[in-house]
Amino acid sequence: MRLMIPAMVAAATAATALAIATVPQAGKGQVASPVATVAVNPGSFDFRLPGEYLKADWPVDAPKQKVSFRRGFDMMKYQVSFGDYSACVDDGVCEAPDGMRQLAETPVTGVSYRDATAYAAWLSKKTGESWRLPTDEEWAFAAAERLQDDALGLPQDTANPAARWLARYAAEAGTETRDAEPKPRGHFGENSKGLADVAGNVWDWTTTCYRRATVDARGKITRSTENCGVRVLGGRHRSYMSHFIRDGKSGGCAAGLAPDNLGIRLIRDRPTFVSAVRQLWTRTMG
Amino acid sequence: MLTRREALLGTMTGAATAAFLTAAATTPASAREPAANVNDLPRERVNLVAPPFVHAHEQIASGGPRIVEFQLTVKEQPMVIDGDGTTMQAMTYNGSIPAPMMVVHEGDYVELTLINPETNEMPHNVDFHAATGALGGARLTEVNPGEQATLRFKATRAGTFVYHCAPAGMIPWHVVTGMSGTIMVLPREGLKDENGKPLKYDRIFYIGENEFYIPRDEAGKFKNFASLGESYDETLKAMRGLIPTHVVFNGKVGALTGDNALKANVGETVLFVHSQANRDTRPHLIGGHGDHVWELGKFHNPPAKDLETWFVRGGSAGAALYTFRQPGIYAYVNHNLIEAAELGATAHVMVEGEWDNDLMTQVSAPAPIASY
Repeated sequence: MRLMIPAMVAAATAATALAIATVPQAGKGQVASPVATVAVNPGSFDFRLPGEYLKADWPVDAPKQKVSFRRGFDMMKYQVSFGDYSACVDDGVCEAPDGMRQLAETPVTGVSYRDATAYAAWLSKKTGESWRLPTDEEWAFAAAERLQDDALGLPQDTANPAARWLARYAAEAGTETRDAEPKPRGHFGENSKGLADVAGNVWDWTTTCYRRATVDARGKITRSTENCGVRVLGGRHRSYMSHFIRDGKSGGCAAGLAPDNLGIRLIRDRPTFVSAVRQLWTRTMG
Repeated sequence: MLTRREALLGTMTGAATAAFLTAAATTPASAREPAANVNDLPRERVNLVAPPFVHAHEQIASGGPRIVEFQLTVKEQPMVIDGDGTTMQAMTYNGSIPAPMMVVHEGDYVELTLINPETNEMPHNVDFHAATGALGGARLTEVNPGEQATLRFKATRAGTFVYHCAPAGMIPWHVVTGMSGTIMVLPREGLKDENGKPLKYDRIFYIGENEFYIPRDEAGKFKNFASLGESYDETLKAMRGLIPTHVVFNGKVGALTGDNALKANVGETVLFVHSQANRDTRPHLIGGHGDHVWELGKFHNPPAKDLETWFVRGGSAGAALYTFRQPGIYAYVNHNLIEAAELGATAHVMVEGEWDNDLMTQVSAPAPIASY
């Protein structure tokens, strides 16, 4: 997990920085408090790496790596609702979302990666807690049995590149609900970890960057290029979108299947001793 | 006082007599079919199939002219036209957008029964671009809710033709809310290339393209109307702006993608019939071509060859024949790419088969830029 470490450090640093700067303020936008979260317990799992992988110049399934979460984390039980997000819009911080047919209780849709991070920063400021987007690893771990392994398991057929395109298309088409209209939160039920609507018809932005890598004969990564202009989305099938895209359908490629909707589900970092003292200090002094 | 039904009947008799007299006076003897003989012709009743598929038919007619019976039932119903649940108060023939495709041969008689159930709100009719006279049959098929009428016309010209609803004063509204379909009149000897050599297809993909004009509320969201009548005023205003909110194949954004993607195999020949009753379009198969294209849809003109994109005029249907040579996912689009990607005019074709390295090969896979 060499590559995920910088991302996690960066996220943690950002969260700390936010926590330091935090002064809970009263504004127009009201936070529905407390935000319902689920404690995802420590554990480990075999994680299928995101991105595209080439072996001897031919596309292959991504390798798996064992990922451990020694501390566990707190994740929003429900996706951020249109009502929640609207409070940030009312505060003049977030931009109005693009999603159609939004009700207070449906997940907010039509939001980009930038919108998602702006909301996390706003919520952190509002609550004095540190909220951030999950990494793809965290999302996949929390998704539990609702995670769809995106390996195709095809015999490597170097004569026919179309075999993978067709298999990918068929696999993703098979997971379609044919109903992209956002549903009230809770509609898609809870997974075994108690998280609601995981892999429903709203995908979740993560901080993980798109990656293209080359693996050797044993499946070990020998070279890898990251493109952080494109981020991973967790959902019924793992997706990749440019960070400014708000509508998965129009952000998709000509001949592939795109997410139904793009939304937000955040993680709250558990306070460290230092941040807890700082928070107490800002509350007292602020 | 004449009832509406009697008035309609009277018109029909008059029109038929007039048409017969004109025909007798001006058309060559060979094309003049004595009306008395029509009733002796063999009849066939065809059950229509929902698009993008087409009922079973012969490509080369095995016998002489027939009377082919079809039935269309008008269904006024709300229909979801995109993935966001946007609902249009639609008017349809047989409940599908586009209406089903009919196939006959040149010289056959099309006998259409149009049924307008009592539960509907509007009068309807049908104008066949393939038919001659009476506004394409529209004057003779005008039915109010609770009525039905039967029209017979002779298919004298070979090609793909639009048919659509054309009620007085409301033609564009009926057409852009769903009432259009396609009839294909094949030459009796089947399709031919530019040198007269026979051409055959293994399957037809019938692509009906529609553009929709859905009114928006003050917040910019699409409006939902409780009934057809209530949707009329604002829909007409949106139509007059000439800027569609949706441009779709088969009645809905994504109707021909994902689980509903079209399927073919390498080596198979597909006839794409593309119909647009109201507005110009420019079909294109990404990664493929049109081997033989009747851009105008009329089979007695030699087909154009090797086209990249073809033009289908609003109010017409075109036909493009293509043999798949490479497996993969193809996107069949209206190559106004904004309409394809943003407004919905995209279909996918999943093509199975062996890859041809001679036609295409990836010489080097994406990798960091080499330094020289």
